[in-house]
Amino acid sequence: MSSSSLTATKALKPIGTAGNFFAFALDVFIALFRRPFQLREFIQQAWFIASVTIIPTALVAIPFGAVIALQVGGLIKQFGAQSFVGSASVLAVVREAGPIATALLIAGAGGSAIAADLGARKIREELDAMMVLGIDPIQRLVVPRVLACMLVSVFLNGLVSVVGVAGGYVFNVLLQGGTPGSYLASFTALAQLPDVWQGLAKALVFGLIAAVVASYMGMNAGGGPKGVGDAVNQSVVVTFLLLFIVNFVMTAIYFQVVPPKTG
Amino acid sequence: MGVDIKIEHLTKSFGKQLIWGDVSLTVPAGEICVMLGPSGTGKSVLLKTLIGLLKPDEGSVIIEGTDLVSCSEKDLYEIRKLFGVLFQDGAMFGSMNLYDNVAFPLREHTKKSESQIRDIVMEKMDLVGLIGAEDKLPGEISGGMRKRAGLARALVLDPEIVLFDEPDSGLDPVRTAFLNQLIVDLNAQIDATFLIVTHDINTSRTVPDNIGLLYHKHLAMFGPREMLLSSEEPVVRQFLNAQRVGPIGMSEEKDADQLAAEKDMDLPPLPPIPLQLEPSNGIPRRSQRPPGEWCRTNGVTPPPGSFLPDSVLAGGVKA
Repeated sequence: MSSSSLTATKALKPIGTAGNFFAFALDVFIALFRRPFQLREFIQQAWFIASVTIIPTALVAIPFGAVIALQVGGLIKQFGAQSFVGSASVLAVVREAGPIATALLIAGAGGSAIAADLGARKIREELDAMMVLGIDPIQRLVVPRVLACMLVSVFLNGLVSVVGVAGGYVFNVLLQGGTPGSYLASFTALAQLPDVWQGLAKALVFGLIAAVVASYMGMNAGGGPKGVGDAVNQSVVVTFLLLFIVNFVMTAIYFQVVPPKTG
Repeated sequence: MGVDIKIEHLTKSFGKQLIWGDVSLTVPAGEICVMLGPSGTGKSVLLKTLIGLLKPDEGSVIIEGTDLVSCSEKDLYEIRKLFGVLFQDGAMFGSMNLYDNVAFPLREHTKKSESQIRDIVMEKMDLVGLIGAEDKLPGEISGGMRKRAGLARALVLDPEIVLFDEPDSGLDPVRTAFLNQLIVDLNAQIDATFLIVTHDINTSRTVPDNIGLLYHKHLAMFGPREMLLSSEEPVVRQFLNAQRVGPIGMSEEKDADQLAAEKDMDLPPLPPIPLQLEPSNGIPRRSQRPPGEWCRTNGVTPPPGSFLPDSVLAGGVKA
């Protein structure tokens, strides 16, 4: 074999991987509609993912809300628009911080758990055994995990929004000397209802991507226990990359579709 | 009654590395076959190809008129219901206890009530001697128990074909002997087609009706047990008698120098062919042939001392 064709094979490998990934995503989509739906597995997984993400999410959301209050509070004071602190804080938390914190946690805690679980099953030949028993692991294991991840991620987004806004309130009112009234009253000055919807939509998509990537990495783990570690590592890194890109794209689209409120 | 597996011109490579090429054989219905080969000759790959877990580059695997290589995903899942597979480490689902593991295929594929399922599961657990361990998790039991539990799960849907991936790896000789007896008894009982992948010489000398040998990226020989055990073919002879002299070296095959150095060495005489393991109830299996029949009909003189009642014990590996 000549070295040039070897280089070409190496260079084309990522494209092949991407192709395999999309083929896998398509398989998952098709299996979504195949009956019987694995309700038990779905509930178990939703419970499991929620249990590994709720507390870290809440703990991340508090400083997130506080830091936004700090930044925005300082900035807005310079503009002389203190009465809008609450509004700006809500806007930042609901539009961006919520989905981003959700993405971090769902990829870092939920996704890594899924990749580790499926990877361990893969190297123990459990997935092979399942296929041989005539059961499609995508329908039996992956679909419930993807749906569970999406559901939990929507709830997490809500949690981050509430805890973040509350954290911002505490920070603003107790430490920055803001007034509770103006913080609450200005909520709707800039923020609007579609902001919440887009946050939820983002969370839904993030949950989908995190679960599909984690499942793909887990199910393609190879080479013994080290392969599982690699799969988890890659799944977290790839999910982070994808989520931040998708977040940017979705934000850009959102601003085109829903123009920002003008005062 | 089992079904046969027709394998035609099967070729598989990973990347540029050929695993084996042009493998053709028919695993006869209801018989026990052993597939032998030095480590790393792709025995497990062959097994996985037979159940459609791996796609071969060329060739076909035909079961009941369906080609597993080219059929649709849906047909593949249907055909797989004919199979019971015992994986190397049992491949038990780690999150379920043994009972749920064995019950899993029944719960997924049948509409049986829980009490019917309980009856079947307990019957299979009894068969493999695991009564009392139903509530254990796969992580809590020994490798031998995991294997037997895997066997119980493989048998629960009354398969027509049972594949064993190294049933004797990691088991002590006594447990291996028990497992071999279990395999023979099972075959007598359910008449399914058995294919065992192994490199245990004792198992392959005493258990099967047919033996196949994979070597140097091809199927070196496949045929009745007595044919291979009386064969003078160097590779077959070396492997089935666990000798150092012969074409198989430490790393796959020997080079010309090594072979030239061995040229004048005398091969030790073929050891006697042991009697085939019989079902423990003494009733011969349907596919069992009388000892020495193949040798007689093909005019082959078996090595002296063959088919003597105590040669089952004497037929072990002689280094």
